[in-house]
Amino acid sequence: MKPAPFVHHAPTTVAEAVEVLRAVGSHGKILAGGQSLIPILSMRLASPEHLIDINGVAGLDRIEVRDDCVRVGALVRHTQLLQDESAYAALPLLRQALVHVAHPAIRNRGTTVGSLAHADAAGELPSVLALTEGVVEAVGPRGSRDIPASAFFVGPLETALAADELAVAVRFGRFPEGTRTGFAESARRSGDYALAGVALAITLQDKVIRSARASFVSVTDVPDVLDLSGAIGSYAAVPDLDAVADAVRAHVSPDTDIHATGDYRRMLVAELTRRLVTELLSR
Amino acid sequence: MTTRQFGQPIKRKEDPRLVTGGGRFLDDLGHTAYAAAFVRSPHAHARILDIDVTGALDVPGLIGIWTHEDLPGKVGEPLPLLIPHPSLTAPVTGYCLAPDEVNHVGEAVVMVVAVDRYAAEDACGLVRVDYDVLPPVVGLENARAATDLVHDSAPGNVAAHLVQEVGDVDIAMAAAPNRLTLDLQIERSMCSPMEGKGVYAVWDADDEHLRLWSSTQTTTGVRAAVAAKLDLPLAKVDCIAPDVGGGFGVKIVHPWPEEVLVPWTARLLGHDVKWTEDRREHFVSSAHERGQLQQVEVGFDDDGHVLALDVRLWHDNGAYTPYGIIVPIITSTQLLGPYKPGSYRCEFWSLYTNTVLVTPYRGAGRPQGVYAMERTMDAIAAELGLDRAEVRSRNFILPEEMPYDHGLLFQDGRPLKYDSGDFPASLAKLKALVGWDEFAAYKEQAASEGRRVGLGIGCYVEGTGVGPYEGGHIVIETSGRVNVATGLTTQGQGHQTVFAQIVADELGVPIENVFVTTGDTRRMGYAVGTFASRAAVMSGNAIALAARQVKAKALRIAAEALEVSPEDLEIVGGMVRVKGAPGTSMALGTVAVMSNPLRYAFDEAARAATQFAGGNDPDKPPVAAGEEPGLEGKDFYSPTQATFANGMHAAIVETDPVTAEIRILRYCVVHDCGPMINPMIVEGQVHGGVAQGVGGALYERMVYDESGQLLNASFMDFLMPYASEVPFIETDHLETPSPLNPLGIKGAGEAGCIPVSAVIASAIEDAEGFPIRSMPISPTELWELRQRHTEPVAAQGEPS
Amino acid sequence: MTGPDVPEPLHEVTVSVNGVRHTATVPARRLLSDFLRHDLALTGTHVGCEHGVCGACTILVDGAPMRSCLMFAVQARAHELTTVEGLGTIDAMGPVQQAFSECHGLQCGFCTPGFITTITAYLEENPDPTAEEARDAISGNLCRCTGYQNIVKSVLRAAEIRASADLGAPPLIDADARAGEAPP
Repeated sequence: MKPAPFVHHAPTTVAEAVEVLRAVGSHGKILAGGQSLIPILSMRLASPEHLIDINGVAGLDRIEVRDDCVRVGALVRHTQLLQDESAYAALPLLRQALVHVAHPAIRNRGTTVGSLAHADAAGELPSVLALTEGVVEAVGPRGSRDIPASAFFVGPLETALAADELAVAVRFGRFPEGTRTGFAESARRSGDYALAGVALAITLQDKVIRSARASFVSVTDVPDVLDLSGAIGSYAAVPDLDAVADAVRAHVSPDTDIHATGDYRRMLVAELTRRLVTELLSR
Repeated sequence: MTTRQFGQPIKRKEDPRLVTGGGRFLDDLGHTAYAAAFVRSPHAHARILDIDVTGALDVPGLIGIWTHEDLPGKVGEPLPLLIPHPSLTAPVTGYCLAPDEVNHVGEAVVMVVAVDRYAAEDACGLVRVDYDVLPPVVGLENARAATDLVHDSAPGNVAAHLVQEVGDVDIAMAAAPNRLTLDLQIERSMCSPMEGKGVYAVWDADDEHLRLWSSTQTTTGVRAAVAAKLDLPLAKVDCIAPDVGGGFGVKIVHPWPEEVLVPWTARLLGHDVKWTEDRREHFVSSAHERGQLQQVEVGFDDDGHVLALDVRLWHDNGAYTPYGIIVPIITSTQLLGPYKPGSYRCEFWSLYTNTVLVTPYRGAGRPQGVYAMERTMDAIAAELGLDRAEVRSRNFILPEEMPYDHGLLFQDGRPLKYDSGDFPASLAKLKALVGWDEFAAYKEQAASEGRRVGLGIGCYVEGTGVGPYEGGHIVIETSGRVNVATGLTTQGQGHQTVFAQIVADELGVPIENVFVTTGDTRRMGYAVGTFASRAAVMSGNAIALAARQVKAKALRIAAEALEVSPEDLEIVGGMVRVKGAPGTSMALGTVAVMSNPLRYAFDEAARAATQFAGGNDPDKPPVAAGEEPGLEGKDFYSPTQATFANGMHAAIVETDPVTAEIRILRYCVVHDCGPMINPMIVEGQVHGGVAQGVGGALYERMVYDESGQLLNASFMDFLMPYASEVPFIETDHLETPSPLNPLGIKGAGEAGCIPVSAVIASAIEDAEGFPIRSMPISPTELWELRQRHTEPVAAQGEPS
Repeated sequence: MTGPDVPEPLHEVTVSVNGVRHTATVPARRLLSDFLRHDLALTGTHVGCEHGVCGACTILVDGAPMRSCLMFAVQARAHELTTVEGLGTIDAMGPVQQAFSECHGLQCGFCTPGFITTITAYLEENPDPTAEEARDAISGNLCRCTGYQNIVKSVLRAAEIRASADLGAPPLIDADARAGEAPP
């Protein structure tokens, strides 16, 4: 299990990285944390001729908390974001989800933006980007553009990024005041990809539910958002858990794999959501 | 006064080296060696039509490429059938490189050697092999149906068929007032040591000598096999096991193809060659175990006494049978556990499939047998409405019935005769440990809180320390250093420590002075290997016997020098001294000097031993008749039969009423391996075994699709438990000595994993109220079972 | 460009490992784990799966545990690497190494270096973990021998040794890890 040969490019600016990307086109692959990519290379499931290693690119390792979002640069490691107190204060969902990403040694190297660019429907972060109505900032030979989450995830392991585009940052949207968030998942072993997971945001105003929205892990092809505001009812004291579970079951389309059947995952994600609603409303 | 080392939880001598990065594992050797890699079959069953290596020939760093037709003489012949058996009527073994047919995904077809593994894999990727794909036989149902055959030479896919019967089962069954039938299934798992296999070979052309390191559980076996394959005199082959990163059974099989090919290419090329198995190779080209279908019919009286037990097993042996049919033989005999059915018949079929071959994995057939027996015990209890522990105890063999002969032949071809054990006492300890009698109240309380909990139990007896023999060799140097060698290998069991404990006690020397070497044919040429929980029993006793020889010799020599009778001497703290007069003494090192009369003096000690040093009796030869120079001893231990350890486990599990997630709340073990040499190490063995058992019960399986692809050949998808999945393990010990060996000990290596699937199945069954008949079990499977048993039922048995 | 018959370009890589600068010339694809083990002959770091799951190859990169099989050697420039060899010697074992030896935290010893590096970094940030936290802290590393119980015990013991480093090590906790890790 050793990677095939490749040409290693180590740009130091975004412009250089983009120039390499332009030159090598679809023969290149961006290497950031590499925690998903390098196993694929070692198993020779992919053998790109060029790796554009962005770890030396200046300015991509910053977390910025803004009024409407938390902006995370492409070299911010999961651990860095997880431990960032201002990011947690601004958007607790980030930490709530990140603690479920693999294990600490992986989180120390793996990048949050890289996970999103990998777009594994079993990953935690795509669901977070979807639920926060986040935006991916892409730079390519044709310039910069913002790609909203709803357009970013095209299919399993497939994004709207062009082969010559680099995701330089993402902006996770912040929730309105009075929003409670949570993240729950169930995996066979700690740190494994979840059999099913849910990210949830419930906005309350004086014990009245103004909005309830969820996105999911491992049970939808792409992480989209389910609006549960109707199903859950208005009063925080008596949420309609059965209606929530029904709505979740109707929304998801989980596959069967070697670890669980689709039917099981459907049940599981509905139950995880039900329990998470109860937990958030009883905080 | 020196404390007896036997029985002390002393720290391991091997650890300071291993915790500081000083281990020497296989791939830590030979940095300049060429690297081997293999093109392996992507198909489960296919004919090889053509192999084209031309694309690979220009790979930079390539050294050589070989296919089957390049292999000369015995290298190209089938690999040996290591353990023949009269009932193994259609044995088939593989080749080093497949000649014309492949029989499982992962079978080696082409060998590549290059300057490093990267280049070797580059070349492998450019070799083209054309296959004609044949219908694969995957799974026991398909093997039994035999619509397609794995090997034409094995009709019905049957490798072996064996029946053993004690008493007349048909008559006893017909007469039994109650009868039940259980159809059971247990899935495959694998040893999966953290270090895969590996071989490193150095050929000394000047000396025509092969030195071979293998991550193996038997160096003498590998040495003999390689010498035979390469037509080398045994004296020209050394085999050494360096530090071995876990074995659990897979490394007892030998020679693996790579163990032949790596030394063969090293000789051919005149250059060191090394192969380090990677994780993917380990999944598809080593060995698996456990897969069986079982059908149990049991007849019993109204008190739960088993009158007749009729068991039929279908055992999946994979593509080849190099290790014979040890696994199903053990299942069929050790199934009986601590019980004495009135009559017993076991019939098994060992069947070929186009999957990775099946050889012993820790427990080696016992987990399957215990699973069958213990599911049966629970079913009897449910049928009669009796307490599950009570039903078991009514069927126990009692201490006063020892030795107890079951009338069957065990895996070593010798009678299955238990030597020791106190099963009622073990059960009493287990019930106390887990709180058996209090559980009903706890369960009721939990139910009132909406929680579902269950208590499970499983009992086993394990034949350990099978022969034929092991040896011990001891030399005491003039410095007082004690060198101990035994031929079997070590993979983490702490042999350097426990054998040193034995020697320290026997010789009366400080343990710091004792240095143990294992698995090096240069130091001990006669040995069998480490498997079947045999190392402590076999080598421990052999080393004790060798130490007694050395001690007797030391006392003889010292007695002469001190002009006393040997009976008046003792050795304490490395000093030979007169009992009751410790002032009259000499160091053991001095005795070593005296034991070896020298012509040449090269240091202070040697000077004392030369012929001109004075004190020599001119009328006697320097070495007395019947003596040999040196303070050295060698002895072997060869038992007439195995010694039987036993244990009983109980677990409390909680199942989520909605999601069917399964959590082990408590796991309790009572274990009896006789007197423990080092209780800390025994505990560690039990912990590790239970963790593997938990893996096999709840997480691990080998998922093949119908085409014979192993779908979970990675640590991502083969769910070996992390710490988060393993429960805290509570232990208690009974120490019933074996009457069979000088130290009175029994093996402990495999024990922990043996009953775990049975115990967890029992506990889940108790929590859920419906029978569990297939293991391992995942949440998704439990959830589906619930759909099928929508109405929880109290009775767990199935009507006969 | 590289192709089947063109030698790969080589990179001179200088890294600092356990405070010592090492230089070797390797292709870009050389995994950091292989670089340490075979180019620098620091074989204390072990390779158990080469896909980032088992944790045997865990080293400290600027003090943080990372999988050395999931980095390339060329990416390790400008980082301070610590391997198990850098955490103590036979005569002067580090606290985690000492604890493993005292608590029988290892059997075959193959996975051990990855645990020791992981736990060393963990205790830097969490010097006084509970048994439950200790178990959680080691849950990203696979061990096939020990069943983990004595590794949990070793984490707790290492915390004790660290805490009393200036006072001399206290006697070994004699109770089973049970004292700290009681069943529910």
